[in-house]
Amino acid sequence: MAYDWLKGIEDHYDIVVIGSGLGGLTGANVLAKCGHKVLLLEHHYQLGGLATWFTRKGGHIFDISLHGFPIGMIKSIRKYWSQDIADSIIQLKGVRFINPQFSIDTTFDREDFTRQLVEKFQVPAETVERFFTDLRAMNFYDNNTETTGQMFARYFPGRDDVQRLLMEPIAYANGSSLDDPAITFGIVFSNFMSKGVYTFQGGSDVLIKKMGAELKANGVEVRKHVVVEKILTEERDGRKHVTGVIANGRTIRCHVVLSNSNIKNTVLRLAGEDNFSPEFVAQTKAVRVNTSSCQVYLGIRKGETLPHIGDLVFTSAEPKFSSEKLVDLHTTSRTFSMYYPDTRPGSDRYTVVVSINAKYEDWNNLTPEHYATEKLRLIEESITALEKYIPDVRAKIEWKEAATPRTIERYTRHWAGTSFGTKFEGLKVSMDLPAQLPGLYHAGSVGIIMSGWLGTINYGVIVANQIDKALAARKRAAAAVA
Amino acid sequence: MTKDDCKKLVIDIISDIAPDEDLSAIKPEIRLRDQLQLDSMDFLDIVMELRKRHGIEVPETDYGQLASLESCAEYLTPKFPQKS
Repeated sequence: MAYDWLKGIEDHYDIVVIGSGLGGLTGANVLAKCGHKVLLLEHHYQLGGLATWFTRKGGHIFDISLHGFPIGMIKSIRKYWSQDIADSIIQLKGVRFINPQFSIDTTFDREDFTRQLVEKFQVPAETVERFFTDLRAMNFYDNNTETTGQMFARYFPGRDDVQRLLMEPIAYANGSSLDDPAITFGIVFSNFMSKGVYTFQGGSDVLIKKMGAELKANGVEVRKHVVVEKILTEERDGRKHVTGVIANGRTIRCHVVLSNSNIKNTVLRLAGEDNFSPEFVAQTKAVRVNTSSCQVYLGIRKGETLPHIGDLVFTSAEPKFSSEKLVDLHTTSRTFSMYYPDTRPGSDRYTVVVSINAKYEDWNNLTPEHYATEKLRLIEESITALEKYIPDVRAKIEWKEAATPRTIERYTRHWAGTSFGTKFEGLKVSMDLPAQLPGLYHAGSVGIIMSGWLGTINYGVIVANQIDKALAARKRAAAAVA
Repeated sequence: MTKDDCKKLVIDIISDIAPDEDLSAIKPEIRLRDQLQLDSMDFLDIVMELRKRHGIEVPETDYGQLASLESCAEYLTPKFPQKS
């Protein structure tokens, strides 16, 4: 008989969390610290969602998510996790851009960007200052229909090069394009510009293991290899309410489900259309999922070293930036995440993770033979591109492997294999969910701004607050009856 | 519960949320955001802590009442159970 991954769990929890991305992990941790009984279920054998890692023969460790986030992470991690984890956050100072329009090294903060824009790009200092100040004043609830592209045209008319400098890194960070609302660019860009780019020293493996230990210490029951098949509901007083889940074929009762699954998966697959009004179902179906990513993982043979060429290197051979070109199957735009031994203190190993934005449909429609060929092409082109900066790198590579939007779909179960959640309209559906079906909450990558390392952690906390509020009201009501 | 007791409880919460801030010289009438490095997530944390520590619920529409120490005391003091 197969191993029972749910062995020993109880029949009832206050909250069942579906999925262990950073939103699910953080929501679970905050709710447990509020005194609730929490069960967290992850279908994969590893926690973290896209904030995860894998190992390969030869001692290679590969981190999945682009290893850069804004300084705000230090505060969020300290408040919602621990001082110890927050202490491992360090700045990545070597951000580079190399493309036909410009080649620059930057610390990716407001001060340095202002200097580069004024000195190198010859933009008037007053314009740069106004741009940064206006961006900082943006709020996600502002009802502004301007797109990022239109906003750039307003501040930097006719400046393709400036547009590229501003847009390209954010497109890798949150999958947003020039056609998305300006707010999706503004909030994320401002967060980075505040103090630059940061990462966890020790790597994603250390981070997620520390988070797992913290969850355990706070009393969260964590189970991996468990697929939630269905969210259960019941009609009470003429309304449907969440009553539990079916996971690995077993019924688990709970007051609240916090879904860290993709919002479309949550509504249309896990809960099912019959639990919602036709209008809400239509609204959910209309939510556009964001684009996805490919990655190429290059493991350097033990004993070999690489020169320091920067930490995050944004490269492209495209003459101009275009959001369409960036996600094209044959794009030449790639970001190299360079992992030197100091990423994982005590290690003497080097790895390179190449991130390439991509469209799910381009990869999903390939025949098995064609899919394999395309993956090989991706690897070859990435190595060739890296040779421009490290000419002898090919001979040092011991392990090479590629992931595509299909890989992301397999390991995260995200709708259409998205690596960046949904477009802006997904935020409203996510926030309206508990009013539609009492007991069901969602914290995951939505609306672009609730994405990425920091956005998803903070969104987990925002939703945990709503759940804690609902459960506290429930307890008061029960006490009043008794 | 006096208003001064209430201010003290709010300062206790803020000192846990923002341990690096010097809270000894807070001016009660000035907005907290204008004298401390507090963002919207910090205010959410204050709301959660009020619920956790004191069983007080602050509805979203009333978040603005938490702007300064003085307005906190004004708004929160009546919400504490009164001694009989």
